[in-house]
Amino acid sequence: MILVTVGTQLPFPRLIDAMERIAAETGERVVAQTGPVSGRGQGAWPHLDQRPTLAPAEFDALFKEARVVVAHAGIGSILSARRHRRPLVILPRRHALGEHRNDHQLATARAVAKLPGIHVAWQADELGPILARELDPAGEGGSASRDALIARLKEFIEA
Amino acid sequence: MGKRILAIASGGGHWQQLMEMRPAFEGHDVTYATTMPGLPERFGAAPAVIVPDCNRDRKLAALHSTAALVRLVWRVRPQVVISTGALPGVIALAFGKARGARTIWVDSVANAEEMSLSGRLARRVADLWLSQWEHVAAQSGAGYAGAVL
Repeated sequence: MILVTVGTQLPFPRLIDAMERIAAETGERVVAQTGPVSGRGQGAWPHLDQRPTLAPAEFDALFKEARVVVAHAGIGSILSARRHRRPLVILPRRHALGEHRNDHQLATARAVAKLPGIHVAWQADELGPILARELDPAGEGGSASRDALIARLKEFIEA
Repeated sequence: MGKRILAIASGGGHWQQLMEMRPAFEGHDVTYATTMPGLPERFGAAPAVIVPDCNRDRKLAALHSTAALVRLVWRVRPQVVISTGALPGVIALAFGKARGARTIWVDSVANAEEMSLSGRLARRVADLWLSQWEHVAAQSGAGYAGAVL
């Protein structure tokens, strides 16, 4: 099963459309948390198990069950993938396409692209090939940047 | 002997980032605070207090929130207050500092282009004022030590 999540704030039809095509081609079960859906939403994605929102407990359960999670490049999605040790594929939202108020998701994607278990699709058509691969889980081997931040906080707290 | 720490973040991404920093609090006496009921239990963070959320647009909610934060800081008597945002965290830092605590602001990693509004407010009350992006730190004069990512 593939879990798709776009966060709670904004819709992200480019990602959901791409996952609809993949679900239709591969037949794999895809549960999609679509966020607020207006107009064309209902019925536009017949191959997806579509949920506008998910309660926290339900979200955690689906996250653990998923073979891989596909998400926008939101901090919450990245940290959840590490916490649950699931492989994560991210498609950053783009300001030029009206998908967010600025391009901070591109910056986030660049910052996490080299971390184990986090795979960036810079364009929607890269999702299919990435999902066809065997993917390693996020959160293995830690993060040098996070360790450095924690060391600094610890030093300050204990001073 | 561990220190009394108040670790506070609004629900959502702010809270998740604070949870990533928990190894820094090991061996200390931590009280957690957030704005979303049920969230601390989901992360096994205890003891925890729920405070009303606030933002700059809702004045009455801000009063409720501020009153709750004053009571919280008064009761916990923290030696260190740390927050990742948003506005309730700034208020807790300000009261904590007034009560003698040393204070830490770690701006949310979501702010990859500039310091958040709350972060800019926190500057005056944070003894350790950090961004999680090197270029944002350089631009704003904040410190940089790493990021939760």
